[in-house]
Amino acid sequence: MTALVVENVTKNFGGVTALAGISLEVSEGERRVLLGPNGAGKTTLFHTISGSVMPSGGRIALFGTDITHHRPDRRARLGLARTFQVTNLFPRLTVLDSVLLALGGAAGNSLQLLEPGSRHRRKADEALRLLDQWGLAGTAPRVVRNLSYGEQRQLELVLAIAGVPRLLLLDEPTAGLSPAETSRVVAMVQQLPRDMTIVMIEHDMDVAFELADRIAVMHQGRLIAEGDEAAIRANRQVTDIYLGTE
Amino acid sequence: MTGRAVRLAAIVLALAFLLALPELVRPYYVGLATRMMIFAIFAMSLDLLLGYTGLASLGHAADFGVGAYAVALLVLRWGVASAFAFPAALIAATATGALLAPLALRARGSYFLMITFALSQVLWSVAFGWRTLTNGDDGMPGVPRPSFGFPLDGTDPFYYFVLVLAALAALALVAIVRSPFGRALRGIRESESRMQALGYDVWRYQFAAFVLAAGFAGLAGALYAYFNRFVGPEYLYVIQSAEALIMVILGGAGTLVGPALGAGIIVFLEDFVSSMTEHWVLVLGVIYVLVTLFAPRGLIGLVNDFRQRRAEP
Repeated sequence: MTALVVENVTKNFGGVTALAGISLEVSEGERRVLLGPNGAGKTTLFHTISGSVMPSGGRIALFGTDITHHRPDRRARLGLARTFQVTNLFPRLTVLDSVLLALGGAAGNSLQLLEPGSRHRRKADEALRLLDQWGLAGTAPRVVRNLSYGEQRQLELVLAIAGVPRLLLLDEPTAGLSPAETSRVVAMVQQLPRDMTIVMIEHDMDVAFELADRIAVMHQGRLIAEGDEAAIRANRQVTDIYLGTE
Repeated sequence: MTGRAVRLAAIVLALAFLLALPELVRPYYVGLATRMMIFAIFAMSLDLLLGYTGLASLGHAADFGVGAYAVALLVLRWGVASAFAFPAALIAATATGALLAPLALRARGSYFLMITFALSQVLWSVAFGWRTLTNGDDGMPGVPRPSFGFPLDGTDPFYYFVLVLAALAALALVAIVRSPFGRALRGIRESESRMQALGYDVWRYQFAAFVLAAGFAGLAGALYAYFNRFVGPEYLYVIQSAEALIMVILGGAGTLVGPALGAGIIVFLEDFVSSMTEHWVLVLGVIYVLVTLFAPRGLIGLVNDFRQRRAEP
């Protein structure tokens, strides 16, 4: 089954064309990396997929459901999760509360006013287990804004995967991280269940080639190349853009 | 653990003090304490919006005023029994919240503030202008206190009536902010876009918070109408809304206990200052400026800072 279909999606901001007709298909369980220089439109494409930006034209489908006009929260309940390029957490909440919110998200609209203590303990246990599993053991009672930047990036990822999404969008998960922190995040992504579809924006070529099944290269709002590592490395246009021999 | 024990002891002591108060002070101060508790309910209801959901309303007096006018109109104009008018007023205020919320929630930030302000001023102008119904700015005197098998006409019985309702309201609000719903409100305050990305229908939560806050504000308004045995358009006026905002900010938004304390302090100061000068609103403005400059997170924020500094040598 196709996890994600992007069909001729365009986006204009006033007179500026951010996306000039992008078509993309990602199959279930695939790991796809989006490459491209700054301003290529990668993050705008992510926004149209996650719903925070409405496309000017085209169509987007998630596991066969047309989601082009769905609000972001509805897309999330269909199994889509994302991280943000600029860390977007709950600065004044504790790590535990943040993970509890992420766990409640999939069923998130019951406006639950009462919660039996047993259920709360079960959910808290699950949250603590997630934090242990993803290298944030011991951070549960801390306030998010007091975490280090590296820990915040990790938490960003934990919040996105807590609800076990079917499609995960990662927007530069290693941006601004030290080499040690980067390899920790790469290891986290590699440990995710293999049937979880992942689309990821990444600037670091090594990270991209390490994680990707297939790579799509964007430039000036267009898709200019698609294929596996060998195909991308061999592509003249891609090397021109990245090495600047134009 | 000790923190919890201290808090429990403080609550028990405060309750014991409040229960004994009518034996300790002159009736005038029993009345003043009653007013403090009424405004504590009002300020805590606004805290649900401002402190927990991150929505700054400058029109919260609308729901307060609707609660007050509802008991007055139902009993004095339409002859409804007082014991029915009281719950009906709570329903009226809640319904007002449900009607205003979809309009107010079209905007965020200072635009939300302006819309709530404008909506409450519309209600104020109705109360002010519709003389045949509301007596305009003369207001409606003679609002009888309800009787639920025991008379509430004396200062002390009414004090205890308000004490019980304020305690129940505080308990309900604490339960709300500690529930998964309350946690979601705090998440929305911190980041709407992250909450949406996690699958939360943010609007529904904000709507629910707005309506709940309206219900509690209506409770405070109805009690205030009983307290004064009078309603007037100033109950709905922007100064009433601003006073509530200052109570919340002075005490510390997002803490419930802070706004309750803030309400007590403002009511006390208003009483004290008004006995000397008629420029109370000027004093209120100075208090606001001082708080935003020196205690932006309110008195509770100051106390927390102090405790943290002592904990770290």
